[in-house]
Amino acid sequence: MTNCPTLIVTVGLPARGKTYISKKLTRYLNWIGVPTKEFNVGQYRRECLKIYKSFEFFRPDNEEGLKIRRQCATAALNDVRQYLSVEGGQVAVFDATNTTRERRGLILKFAEQNGFKVFFVESVCEDADVIAQNIVHVKLGNPDYIHCNTEEAVEDFMKRIKCYESSYQSLDEVLDRDLSYIKIMDVGRRYLVNRVLDHIQSRIVYYLMNIHITPRSIYLCRHGESDLNIKGRIGGDSGLSARGKEFAKSLRKFIQEQNIKDLKVWTSQMKRTIQTAECLGVPYEQWKSLNEIDAGVCEEMMYEEIQEHYPLEFALRDQDKYRYRYPKGESYEDLVQRLEPVIMELERQENVLVICHQAVMRCLLAYFLDKPAEELPYLNCSLHTVLKLTPIAYGCKVESVFLGVDAVNTHRDKPENVNVQRSTEDALQTVPAHF
Amino acid sequence: MIVLVGLPARGKTYISKKLTRYLNWIGVTTKVFNVGQYRRDATRSYNSYEFFRPDNTEAMKIRKACAIAALKDVCDYFTRAQGQVVVFDATNSTTERRELILSFAKDNGYKVFFVESICDDPEIIAENIKQVKLSSPDYANCDKEEAVADFLKRIDCYKLTYVPLDDSKDRNLSYIKIFDVGSRYLVNRVQDHIQSRIVYYLMNIHVTPRSIYLSRHGESELNLLGRIGGDSGLSPRGTKFACALGTYMRGQCISDLKVWTSHMKRTIQTAESLGVQYEQWKALNEIDAGVCEELTYEEIQDNYPEEFALRDQDKYRYRYPKGESYEDLVQRLEPVIMELERQENVLVICHQAVMRCLLAYFLDKSAEELPYLKCPLHTVLKLTPVAYGCKVESVFLNIEAVNTHRDKPVNVDVDRDPEDALRTVPDHS
Repeated sequence: MTNCPTLIVTVGLPARGKTYISKKLTRYLNWIGVPTKEFNVGQYRRECLKIYKSFEFFRPDNEEGLKIRRQCATAALNDVRQYLSVEGGQVAVFDATNTTRERRGLILKFAEQNGFKVFFVESVCEDADVIAQNIVHVKLGNPDYIHCNTEEAVEDFMKRIKCYESSYQSLDEVLDRDLSYIKIMDVGRRYLVNRVLDHIQSRIVYYLMNIHITPRSIYLCRHGESDLNIKGRIGGDSGLSARGKEFAKSLRKFIQEQNIKDLKVWTSQMKRTIQTAECLGVPYEQWKSLNEIDAGVCEEMMYEEIQEHYPLEFALRDQDKYRYRYPKGESYEDLVQRLEPVIMELERQENVLVICHQAVMRCLLAYFLDKPAEELPYLNCSLHTVLKLTPIAYGCKVESVFLGVDAVNTHRDKPENVNVQRSTEDALQTVPAHF
Repeated sequence: MIVLVGLPARGKTYISKKLTRYLNWIGVTTKVFNVGQYRRDATRSYNSYEFFRPDNTEAMKIRKACAIAALKDVCDYFTRAQGQVVVFDATNSTTERRELILSFAKDNGYKVFFVESICDDPEIIAENIKQVKLSSPDYANCDKEEAVADFLKRIDCYKLTYVPLDDSKDRNLSYIKIFDVGSRYLVNRVQDHIQSRIVYYLMNIHVTPRSIYLSRHGESELNLLGRIGGDSGLSPRGTKFACALGTYMRGQCISDLKVWTSHMKRTIQTAESLGVQYEQWKALNEIDAGVCEELTYEEIQDNYPEEFALRDQDKYRYRYPKGESYEDLVQRLEPVIMELERQENVLVICHQAVMRCLLAYFLDKSAEELPYLKCPLHTVLKLTPVAYGCKVESVFLNIEAVNTHRDKPVNVDVDRDPEDALRTVPDHS
């Protein structure tokens, strides 16, 4: 996507959401296949200092403190250089306050010397409520305040913010007109975007403009058990089995009990998800992009049949399940690409129930739980189980709810022997039981 | 309702038309209402910039009446024509005029999104005037210098009363402010999905001159056999075309040409011949014909006569069993279009159905026309943006190839004879 590595630099006072944005953006970029890593300078400082005493460390007249902080920034930049120039990373997110023009100038120089493009992400917020919320959600649990009570911690943190305020130089429309940046104001009410240079910066801007922090939950589940599931056949477009229909009823009950405000329901365009949604008795939207992975020539086969007719393909798939593409079909990698608009819209929405399929659900789950490509195709997404995802702090809380209706297991673990010359027995070792 | 804001010659009509074209292509029924057009219809002949003087009460009355007439048509479009988006193209440069529109929208339950274009670069403004104002009906009887002088005075009339969207006073409105043709943007209160897509689109378009070259792969083995889809290699003539394409592109002397292909053999083999770097896009793969993959039309008629007829009845929306429709294709090509907007000179080597979709975007063709656009083999279409549209040069590279274009037959009835169904099938081996 880019030839030149990109250095994203956050800017903003403490408790403005910089780390939240850094982690979320990093998760998104990695999911869409852009190797990205975040570098949190506060973390370097914690490793250097070992023990945090008080806000006095951050006083602008604390020479010792300033020296250490500058060293930490330098150490972090060295690691950035290592990641982007040596380890093949494409994007590095440099997460620190970077509130002075001087500090940003140092970073720009560093980037120029190393051939990195720089894109600033500034978060500006004066809403006292939002800042208070931030402090409660992420600062109180921070290692810095492990030995303090809530009141002490909040008081100290507010004083810490004050230390930065006097020297804060926000990105300026005139002075910084040649820089590439986005200024996010009041948690996304307003954005100022300057000089987007390339594709990846354009995607980053689009993503940042679609995320929000309004509390909500995302419910992921598969369609009810299908007729082909029972027979151990993959893909196809069959209807629900009797147990699948039971599940749909249980799902309806579960949703009603959750008492969710303004729930949106999404399905794919395949019978089994539509039939599941029909049972809920609420409007739902069909997305073709939520259709199950296309198994091409292997559509509607059992694993035993795939081993019989395509033993080589079967082994190749086990060797690299993420990138492997079924002949005339798709790979997990392809799936992620077609699911990207779904993720973008999920970010914009609030409470949503997504009724989809095994491979699709694995891809969506990997996005929310930051699972790498190697783990993604083996995530456990059993039938008749709803995953409730609720964003908290910097991540996502997951509650797994099995709705009490039995179903076949469709999860095939990676076998030990992935060699193309393996025996049939070895190949089929991990195939789940079916009729 | 998307409401444009800005002085004359700031690209409002350019943005309006382009945005409308994009929204219609992705399936959102959109229409532009250009108030200047209403004014031309109301006043019959344009005399001079004096019409636009803020102290010309008679003219002010007419101009306001035109805006109101346009708003009434907006209402009709939303209610009767089931339109989803309206682009209200006028200067809308005073708070008063914008209040009028907001009030109208509130009464009718329409969401409003403002798009303001701010530019003070005299060179850009001069270029705009040259490209689109001199040929306007308003200046049909003037010489160039007179027209420019008059237009600049017209802009001055608006400047006296221009109040840009204000960071503070207008903080509750939803809008995007575009500065200096896209070097900077201010985005405020995006309310929903469509506004978010509009912002993304507007932030990706540019006005740097460039050309987009669209072509299909060279003739393939399956083309020769009259079979659709599949993943075959080039025929001997197809290979000759690939060479000819290389020669042609070199002759175009383009710096920094990007070359894109699909993941299918025939486009990759074509690009290989060019001897330059190329990027493969799975999204550029040919439409998936599902159960009909690699069949001839005769075989489709034989095995799936009903499907064949249904396809002829609504070729845009019809989805092959286990395959795709043109409508699906457009959805998967949208990121390609977005990246084409960002890029400059690009050669896209793709397939018949894919090329029809891309062409329909650039030439603003409707869903009904799209599946029947002519995209013959061995012919390069060079698209160059000009004024409000796109110039097309069609270059046949002189290597014979089969015709793969099947026109819509007269009889699309499911009970038709095979003869009627196969009437428009092109010749093949």
